[in-house]
Amino acid sequence: MSATSSQELEQAPPRMSSRLEGELMEVSLGPQHPSTHGVFRMNVALEGEIVRKLKPVFGYLHRNHEQIGESAGYLQAMPYTDRLDYFCSMTNNWAYALSVEKLAGIEVPERAEYLRIILAELTRLQNHTSLLGFLLSDMGAWGTPLMYAFREREKILDLFESLSGARMMCDYMRFGGCRVDANDDWIAGAKKIVDLFPKFLDEFEDLILQNEIVIARTQHVGKLSPELAISAGITGPMLRASGVNYDIRKIDKYGFYPRFKFRVPLGDHGDTYDRLMMRALEMRESLSILQQAFAQIQPGPVMNPKVKIRAFKPPVGEAYGRIEAPKGELGFYLISDGSANPYRYRVRPPSFINLTILEDMCLGHTVADVMVILGSIDIVMGEVDR
Amino acid sequence: MGDEIDEGLRSELQRQGIWVTSMQELYNWGRKNSIWPLQFGLACCAIEMIATAASRYDIARFGAEVFRPSPRQADLMIVAGTVTKKMAPQIVRLYNQMPDPKYVIAMGACAISGGPFKQGYNVLKGIDRYIPVDVYIPGCPPRPEALLHAFMELQRKIDNQKLSGPNKSDHLDREHPSEYPVPAFGKHDLVPRANPDVFRPPQIERV
Ligand code: SF4
Repeated sequence: MSATSSQELEQAPPRMSSRLEGELMEVSLGPQHPSTHGVFRMNVALEGEIVRKLKPVFGYLHRNHEQIGESAGYLQAMPYTDRLDYFCSMTNNWAYALSVEKLAGIEVPERAEYLRIILAELTRLQNHTSLLGFLLSDMGAWGTPLMYAFREREKILDLFESLSGARMMCDYMRFGGCRVDANDDWIAGAKKIVDLFPKFLDEFEDLILQNEIVIARTQHVGKLSPELAISAGITGPMLRASGVNYDIRKIDKYGFYPRFKFRVPLGDHGDTYDRLMMRALEMRESLSILQQAFAQIQPGPVMNPKVKIRAFKPPVGEAYGRIEAPKGELGFYLISDGSANPYRYRVRPPSFINLTILEDMCLGHTVADVMVILGSIDIVMGEVDR
Repeated sequence: MGDEIDEGLRSELQRQGIWVTSMQELYNWGRKNSIWPLQFGLACCAIEMIATAASRYDIARFGAEVFRPSPRQADLMIVAGTVTKKMAPQIVRLYNQMPDPKYVIAMGACAISGGPFKQGYNVLKGIDRYIPVDVYIPGCPPRPEALLHAFMELQRKIDNQKLSGPNKSDHLDREHPSEYPVPAFGKHDLVPRANPDVFRPPQIERV
């Protein structure tokens, strides 16, 4: 597919303009479009219904995140990280906290590490369920799968809310631990939800994965070869769907992940169906991590008492902390000049870098497939445009 | 049409099995229970908007579950999220494309004033600079309950709109504009920076 499409691409006009050129018709998809997952725009050159060229247009949600991170203090930047990938505020917090901890050499108490893992895996569950719901609604199953997905998501958001006070913008982690401790009731409640989750997952998989339309719409659509994925810097479930075994939880061994037994699911074909399956399989692994965490977690402090999080001034230096966020590698690169705010604050967003490959995956497919492929990348514009 | 029915008379008639209503009541009752929002999310708040439409909060109870992707079929625009200067012209254009009567809910701190990103050079300090807003809901993000509350406020507003007389609703007034100029990109900022017909911030007196 890729060989023919690159030949055909050479016949396509080299430049995109607002006029019709040759047989190609240009369509602007977005920024207001029901399936572009926010304010994302694509200029697509179509031959009939086949995509011959695709140009993404970003910046409709550029909110100066990095600039604000540089002018705000270290602690003040924490709530802004919630708003990067607004589905996964907990993992964003963790990645940022991890970089600051690396920068200043801060130890994290054991219970806080466990709580972080529990919250990160719960975040992965709710991210992947809602992703599947959205993907299905992009394919035309408007309503039902999304309703089921959000039903489960709400349960997890309830947990976040009772712990941190906010449903989405949790702002829960701090460098040196977590803001508040979870009581036993909370742990019991979380365990109950996790215990019931496989039932939902079975039901959801029955609903979608064997569905004839889903298979027809996703198999052999938007193939991504492992070589291309690696050279484009793709991370996360999308990379693993192409068969590359790369999970930062296993490679970096950050947090207490080495203490947990879990498998990294891999795909063979790198098509949209594999990416969809990858999410379903990852949720099962997350559930097993969560069960192990509930069994292992012990009482103790959740905050390192030596860290002064207010008026925090790390030593001069630089650090890059990264985690396996639900969407891929989320990293924060901080340069400190010893003052109260970072000299440079850079976010390595997984969805932005995963999105760069969109054109290669869409060429040769119909315009209806573009939506499905885009949905399977799992982007959040807050993180793409920052 | 328009004149209020005497409440005592109405309840008296109702007791006898006669239901009286006015054209205005019937019309507003129909309108307020079938507000179709524009399916259009900008940022984080949009996720809460989706949550409001989804299983637990179920905006269908208010007859508003029909999120329309096309502005031509929508009655309500929920500005859910940060409006950047790149996006603001498109929002005004979408608003202009909506048929009258149309309503706007500014959802979240960002849509109201720029919110946490107010200092950003690229963030519009409130969508009410370009289009009229009916209901503001603060919050970052507002909870789904807050959006439902905004909805009920909007329903109350629609219910009280007059169809005739001197106080008749704006959309029935031929003189009242239903489209507003779309801002353009200037050298440094959007031009104009606000639409003076719409944006009338309170004057702060310094003493
Ligand atoms: S008000 Fe808060 S939650 Fe809503 S769009 Fe702005 S930053 Fe996001």
